[in-house]
Amino acid sequence: MKIKDVMELIEAKLLTKKEHLEQEILSVCGADLMSDVLAFTRAKTLLLTGLTSVQTVRTAQVVDLAGIVFVRGKSPGSEVIEMANAEGLPLLTTKHPLYETCGRLYLAGLKGCSELDSGKEADSGSGREQTGANVNHI
Amino acid sequence: MAAAGNKQALMSITYDIVAGDFVRGGEAAGKLKRVLQQLGLGANVIRRTAIATYEAEMNVVIHSYGGQLSVDITSETIEIICSDCGPGIPDIDQALQEGYSTASDDVREMGFGAGMGLPNIRRSADEFSITSTVGEGTQLQIRILHKAGE
Repeated sequence: MKIKDVMELIEAKLLTKKEHLEQEILSVCGADLMSDVLAFTRAKTLLLTGLTSVQTVRTAQVVDLAGIVFVRGKSPGSEVIEMANAEGLPLLTTKHPLYETCGRLYLAGLKGCSELDSGKEADSGSGREQTGANVNHI
Repeated sequence: MAAAGNKQALMSITYDIVAGDFVRGGEAAGKLKRVLQQLGLGANVIRRTAIATYEAEMNVVIHSYGGQLSVDITSETIEIICSDCGPGIPDIDQALQEGYSTASDDVREMGFGAGMGLPNIRRSADEFSITSTVGEGTQLQIRILHKAGE
């Protein structure tokens, strides 16, 4: 599914430049905690959030999100929108609350990050999420 | 950390991190990510490095009086040292538990401070160590291994 299809499904308005509307979305994540987004999303994930801080765009840059939807009619400040334009990251806003926005997209067939087959993702780790590094205390 | 065999130094970069600057917080991790992309490293290595350095950088912004992110990139590894001057961590085992946080409500409103930072760094790293002295500061050592094409 593409950003332009999502806009129609959740009646969203585009906050950034009219670009990247053909961007493909592989999965969706709803979260206000950026550390959860860092831990659990994959590339080309669409983030649904009520958080409008600059850190949403920074997080998107770190994990290559496909775009961000601000729910419940929220909209970030101009500095956040400018940063997203510079990064080529589409930002959307919808009047619908988080749960209902999730529901509309899920019903339309978009899956959550945990439901994706890890083997299908080009840059997936090899079970690293479960293992991680040993910690050495010095 | 012990040095590996015939690895070749590619690049060393140091970024300063300003305490309490939530607007610029994450900038160093973003710049490093672009450098790694220009070096042509694998997507998974870049992603893990970006997550680890972003969380480490935000920890310095949130908890310390200021610090540095030093990165040595070799033909085999990405070696990251994130050090700060600050209050230090009295109980490292507790700080490593998912969900444990001493962050303020202001920090939580920024989307951080949920007690996931150090666990996310550990999950992203191949080797990870942490030292901390109360009243002086904290140092993280993060090693991420890479080979051509990975």
